[in-house]
Amino acid sequence: MNLKYESQSVAKLYFMAAIGLFVGQILFGVILGLQYVWGDFLFPAIPFNVARMVHTNLLIVWLLFGFMGASYYLVPEESQRELYSVKLAKILFWIFLVAGAVIVASYLLVPYAKLAEITGNDILPTMGREFLEQPTIGKIGIVIVVLGFLLNVGMTILSGRKTVINMILLTGLVGLAVFFLFAFYVPDNLVLDKYFWWFVVHLWVEGVWELILASLLAFVLIKVTGVDRELIEKWLYIIVAMALISGLLGTGHHFFYIGTPSYWLWIGSVFSALEPIPFFMLTLFAFNVVNKRRRDHPNKAATLWALGTAVMSFLGAGVWGFLHTLAPVNYYTHGTQITAAHGHMAFYGAYVMVVLTIISYAMPIMRGRKANPMRAQVVEMWSFWLMTVGMVFITLFLTGAGILQVYLQRLTDTPLPFMAVQEKLAVFYWMREVAGLVFLIGLIIYIISFFVNGKEGDEVAVTD
Amino acid sequence: MKETFTKGMARNIYYGGSVFFFLLFIGLTVDTVQKLPKTDNREAITDVVAFGKKIWEDNDCVGCHTLLGEGAYFAPELGNVYERYGKSTEAIKAFIKSRPVEGIKGRRSMPQFNLTEEELEGLAQFLKYANGIKANDWPPNIQG
Repeated sequence: MNLKYESQSVAKLYFMAAIGLFVGQILFGVILGLQYVWGDFLFPAIPFNVARMVHTNLLIVWLLFGFMGASYYLVPEESQRELYSVKLAKILFWIFLVAGAVIVASYLLVPYAKLAEITGNDILPTMGREFLEQPTIGKIGIVIVVLGFLLNVGMTILSGRKTVINMILLTGLVGLAVFFLFAFYVPDNLVLDKYFWWFVVHLWVEGVWELILASLLAFVLIKVTGVDRELIEKWLYIIVAMALISGLLGTGHHFFYIGTPSYWLWIGSVFSALEPIPFFMLTLFAFNVVNKRRRDHPNKAATLWALGTAVMSFLGAGVWGFLHTLAPVNYYTHGTQITAAHGHMAFYGAYVMVVLTIISYAMPIMRGRKANPMRAQVVEMWSFWLMTVGMVFITLFLTGAGILQVYLQRLTDTPLPFMAVQEKLAVFYWMREVAGLVFLIGLIIYIISFFVNGKEGDEVAVTD
Repeated sequence: MKETFTKGMARNIYYGGSVFFFLLFIGLTVDTVQKLPKTDNREAITDVVAFGKKIWEDNDCVGCHTLLGEGAYFAPELGNVYERYGKSTEAIKAFIKSRPVEGIKGRRSMPQFNLTEEELEGLAQFLKYANGIKANDWPPNIQG
């Protein structure tokens, strides 16, 4: 089986980079987990904050690589034309990869304050805010890469077939670029600073990224199930409608306790309580169309990832989000391990898994076959279960730690100091670390699955 | 979904709903920005405090600590550290200054940042200002 459009193959580069950076992210995750219980592990060479920057920044960068690769694969096929410029896609790939590598290496090699000094953070200060730690020049680089990418994808869509999937994906990508610009606004007023910081963070992951997620998932589901596009597009519209209707004012659940007016306690609680709905609809949608499938696609692994994305994003973003989203609950859970638990499963379930879904679907085709040999798929499905179960337990142990933290530090009549509480939680952190190692093993098996060949004759069954 | 619910209706809900709630969000943002002077302790933002905020950022303090509940969960909340340290900026400065370079064996350790006296003063004043922000009575108690 060959690609419908030659230019789609540029996605392969992006997917390989994404997986490589994913490995780096998880290795630093394991280091961080260990530092929670072995406080001076790698200290002072790699302090916790540095390892955390590497962990979270690698996540963001590899997901962006994944989104870009997914777009380069999907957009030509949906638009029914070649990509506007393969050359531009390749140039931007190398710029982004080198810039990303330099940024992450600089975190590890230079003390952060020194990095701020070298890169001229005094001229336009944007550093030192959570997830947006990149030097200002790095942020400018990200903007340039994303604009070039949008030009490439936008030109392809505008002169091709404009499907619902294309348009919703493009809206999500444009939103991603626009809201990132708030990363350059760092006022002296801490409350204003925090308020608009969420314009990047919340409006990304609980806003426009959901458009990207839903359109990628819809694309893969059309391909593997053969279900009528009309039905899928109707679902897609209503899911992203609910995502924005709940998620825009749902931003208010971050405005409870940062110095903003108290009406946000109500608005944030009510609207963010609706945020699980689009994720639940996503689950119904995925199972519904798989049940109605008109063909049995040989890529079973891709279908498993697609269903897994729907379920795990509902659990991680929907259920674990709702757990602490009501203002009276959040009063006690704000800034505890409960937040960490939710963050881990939501990012994995929604964004990691959707990228792995489209990689699972597209990578075999880019390697010249409709699906991988069954033996390779079985290995891939093992990695699915190991990573997913690993993440479920990371989340459960962090939730256990969080509940105890809330009780010991905030709810009891004799609240204990932060560090005294942390020491009592050590057993939960150790178990989280074990779950993290299971996740890492799953990831190693995932990578091995790309190198598993079929037996003689096995190939025939899967190429048509 | 029933046939009576058409794709056109779904599309209208998407466009109508998102535009409506986006505009509402912008309206609420304008209102919030206008009401902030009542709660955000802006009268305390001096040049020293602004300088201190820059020191906070240049050393990525939020990579371990939370500030008003946001940040990393590895080290204590600092939005109320001024009160926790007996309303003493000197105590805050003394703590930061006294961190051992090699850390404390086996324990979570704060790096020695080698801050100048001016930087320490700015950071402490910034934390004092943050303590004055009215955040709907959060945190629940002195432990943060």
